[in-house]
Amino acid sequence: MQRLENAVLSKAKELLESGKVSRVLGWTKGEFCYDVSPCVFNTVDELKNFVYNGFCGANLSKYLINESKKEGKIAVFLKPCDTYSYNQLVKEHRIKVENVYAVGVECQGKFDIEKFYAKGVGFVASVEEGLTEVKVNGETVLNRNDVKLERCLVCNKKHVAGEEIVELNEKLPSDSDRFEMVKKLEAMTADERFAFWKKELSKCIRCNACRNVCPACNCTKCVFDNPNSEVSAKANATSFEEQMFHIIRAFHVAGRCTDCGECSRVCPQNIPLHLLNRKFISDIDKLYGEYQAGEDTTSKGPLTSFTKEDAEPSDAVGGNK
Amino acid sequence: MQEINKERKPLIVAFCCNWCSYAGADLAGSSRLSYPANVKIIRVPCSCRVNPLFILKAFQRGADGVILCGCHPGDCHYTTGNYYTRRRMSLLFSMLDYLGIERERTRVEWVSAAEGAKFSNVMNDFAKTINELGENKRLEDLRCKD
Repeated sequence: MQRLENAVLSKAKELLESGKVSRVLGWTKGEFCYDVSPCVFNTVDELKNFVYNGFCGANLSKYLINESKKEGKIAVFLKPCDTYSYNQLVKEHRIKVENVYAVGVECQGKFDIEKFYAKGVGFVASVEEGLTEVKVNGETVLNRNDVKLERCLVCNKKHVAGEEIVELNEKLPSDSDRFEMVKKLEAMTADERFAFWKKELSKCIRCNACRNVCPACNCTKCVFDNPNSEVSAKANATSFEEQMFHIIRAFHVAGRCTDCGECSRVCPQNIPLHLLNRKFISDIDKLYGEYQAGEDTTSKGPLTSFTKEDAEPSDAVGGNK
Repeated sequence: MQEINKERKPLIVAFCCNWCSYAGADLAGSSRLSYPANVKIIRVPCSCRVNPLFILKAFQRGADGVILCGCHPGDCHYTTGNYYTRRRMSLLFSMLDYLGIERERTRVEWVSAAEGAKFSNVMNDFAKTINELGENKRLEDLRCKD
């Protein structure tokens, strides 16, 4: 894995030194090995803090909305899942493509820090990454799949954007079904589903992190920020409030959600928010044909197109005609 | 008098498109066809104008059922509006069902301006369904209750 980080870093250096780009959007070291955060690097000197490791889960494509409007070209590193978000933003004309130099980077699946704790590791000071195993703090050896983010366990995304790709072919394909949990929920009774979601959504503290991180959720003016909308309350008072927020949040990105899983990654309460988005994806697949948002930059989204033979809402529950 | 008012009648909100269903409701009225008085009609320019948030907010404000009426697919005054409505509402209703909220509380019906009788039948039938379901508990907002 160190080899990959070096390759990415040298790419960043090369781009900055040659003057091809004036800035690089990547990930920077934090205080601990796991608190890696997105960062814009302006000089080669600043790149000493650049990292690319298993904790670089953050999707950088959303930052391009603002960064690509500034002067000069910016290089950005995109993991396979990020390239879909990038394409989707290009499709929606949210990114000035001529100011962006996109570089695809290989990914072996990113880590979920909570899963390290669940495995009994009290503090993660260092992680040595291997393809199938990770060595934590120089002693505990864990299976890489056991500490991966949920979204990475079912990922089979490929690079669909990027002028160059840094790849060492060190990744394992996945054969899991991403709709497994959605199907399980659909098979429950309405009461069980209600209880499940009440338990999950009542944890919500309305921090709006899921909204802020989502590359598809990028309106400059958000309905949830409008004080006259009566839905801008930041605290949950009733079950209505939390259901309403999450239904609308997921609905606003339906048909545009690339299933990058950032919403669930950033949720401080660990609510499985991607299950709401995946429900929409699974319904769209069943009702209107398989569709992967962000696979290209030209196709029409399922909610901005129609056919005369579409299913009626009364027949369409569960995505079944 | 108080005794009569105590019995709670379910509240039904009907979003009707200006060009077909609202005129259909008008025709039902002028044809002396009855529909329940607890159906409150909200006129919208097109069924496509109805945002999922409208439907959820109707529930928040005490509605027990929400019905959306528009022109028949293909007859939209704006040519294609109701085709988009159909896709959106299919997804929204499926999502409500996924969250365990009774799916019978929401409905989409296509009612043209000439279908006064259909309007009355649809409303009577929907009101019957909502009566059987009773009060909306799963999408209620206690702050909005008396």
